[in-house]
Amino acid sequence: MSFLVLKSLRREFGDFIAVREMSLEIERGEFISLLGPSGCGKTTTLQMISGLLQPSSGQIILDGNDITNTPPNKRGLGIVFQSYALFPHMTALENVAFGLEMRGIAKPARLERARAALDQVRLGQFVERHPKDMSGGQRQRVALARALVIEPPVLLLDEPLSNLDAKLREDMCIELRLLQQEIGVTTILVTHDQEEALSMSDRIVVMQEGDISQIASPLELYEWPRNTFVSDFVGKTNLMRGQVADRNKVSVNGSLLSADTLNCAPDAAVTVSVRPEKLHLSEEKTGFRVKVDAAIFMGSSWLYRITSELGELFVTQPNTGVANFKKGDIAYLSWPEGALSLFADNA
Amino acid sequence: MMADLADKRIPYLLTAPGTLFFAALLGAPLVMTFLLSLHAYDFTAGVLPGWTAQNYIEVITDSYFQKIFARTFGLALLVTVICVLIGVPEAYVLSRLSSRWRSFFLLIVLGPLLISVVVRTLGWALFFGGNGILTMVSQALGFGDAPVSLMFTFTGMTIALVHVLVPFMVLAVWASLQKIDPQSEDAALSLGASKFTVLSRITLPQAMPGILSGSIIVFALTASAFATPAIIGGRRMKVVSTAAYDEYLSTLNWPLGAAIVVLLLLANIAIIVGYNKLVERRFAKVFE
Repeated sequence: MSFLVLKSLRREFGDFIAVREMSLEIERGEFISLLGPSGCGKTTTLQMISGLLQPSSGQIILDGNDITNTPPNKRGLGIVFQSYALFPHMTALENVAFGLEMRGIAKPARLERARAALDQVRLGQFVERHPKDMSGGQRQRVALARALVIEPPVLLLDEPLSNLDAKLREDMCIELRLLQQEIGVTTILVTHDQEEALSMSDRIVVMQEGDISQIASPLELYEWPRNTFVSDFVGKTNLMRGQVADRNKVSVNGSLLSADTLNCAPDAAVTVSVRPEKLHLSEEKTGFRVKVDAAIFMGSSWLYRITSELGELFVTQPNTGVANFKKGDIAYLSWPEGALSLFADNA
Repeated sequence: MMADLADKRIPYLLTAPGTLFFAALLGAPLVMTFLLSLHAYDFTAGVLPGWTAQNYIEVITDSYFQKIFARTFGLALLVTVICVLIGVPEAYVLSRLSSRWRSFFLLIVLGPLLISVVVRTLGWALFFGGNGILTMVSQALGFGDAPVSLMFTFTGMTIALVHVLVPFMVLAVWASLQKIDPQSEDAALSLGASKFTVLSRITLPQAMPGILSGSIIVFALTASAFATPAIIGGRRMKVVSTAAYDEYLSTLNWPLGAAIVVLLLLANIAIIVGYNKLVERRFAKVFE
């Protein structure tokens, strides 16, 4: 049996169903992300795991024990809250030591362990600071140290990086992942940020309106999204309306394109999805003739918006340091085999 | 350069009307009261022209006045403590109610403030009096036939003052409870704290600034309260403000009354400023 098992968890708020039926098996040491737009039920799921919210029905089994009715203060899980929820009247050290104090650990021992935990998140020299004298990133680390110092079986992260600026968020992503792998703590991250989920997780659970859309590894999710919602939510994508024309042929705006039609009925209306970075723009006259509408420099890449027979599309090209296409240029668009994915409309 | 000067003057100019208003209506009477307190008084000749500190020496050394001052600040302290004991749990419960119930109960909490102080106090007098409701209840419960009266007692004054001052405590504490991140309580819970520990170690310390500022308000209002001590305490249970009133209007010794008032003001300021310093030193580091 898996380390943490969610069995048909359901939560209603009056008429509103926040989580319809959440079943998930999480292995020991795994890093799982619950990803979805706001209102998809990801935070509700996390709160049910933490015990701060009771499920309407379903079961939570941790390491073979049913903890569905265990109160949050007996579950021993580590939680990092979106607001960090530090205790403003305590120093960083007191914040971190609080959980150990609740476990009845003597003062010298708990202070030592709290200090070690703060060292681990590289806050060794800030132990005596109060939260209000710390930056957002530092508060975040204190919250992390406070959750980890109790050596929880599961670490729950509720949008922990959403209050940090972009640069810091990227750094924390890497740091958090390395720390998690070093400690080996089973971790569940709730986020609406697909980059965060893709960069840190072993597996991602994409949620939509209280249901699971797809559970997959980051690469799988990105390359083989199950439906247009996942494909659109995870990464950027171009979506085109089309119709299956023949075996492995799909017609989009009158052009016949090659795509795998294995899962589609003949003549079915489909959505064709293609990632911007899978498309290739060149001056060589192969493929579709397109006009560049806009060229946006992104640093490591160029983002183009082009008009073609297929409609408006976004194309990302790596920045090689040489001249690029400019607005108004004519270019030729091609893509490797297998770049297009098809989603039947009722899927 | 000119613009700079003008910029600096603007705030003063804008506040000038208010400053003048307070200087004329608050500052001037205070200064006149202080000057009055430095004159001697003669029962036949009235206020004498010479300057003297005699009034102050009399108030400070006379055991009669010492007792009144001690009673006043004892009363203020007691009322403050009781208001904390009642107001803090009340504010906590209020902050946990759903918004519909909260506005309803907030109205009830603020109720005493909506009634005129004289009407409210006379209501208490009816309740406390020798043939009042308190006596009827006590007799009905079989505590004997003797009338129970809290009129002209310290207890009666305390009850009546607590009744009207609790709302100030509730509002101050409630305001600081509102600022608490509810997730910090969840965090403590997740770290293994019991509900009681969350309350005593996480919620209450964060509500401390509200409790302390509420205490200052209640203390200051009690120490200078007049109507309630005058009606419930009467001549038998004098506090500083009623003693000053009597000096002015019964004895007609205005300079002595003025000295009492000035001393009350100074004592009040000293206590509040000292307390505030203490609070600031303790909490400035913690709260933004």
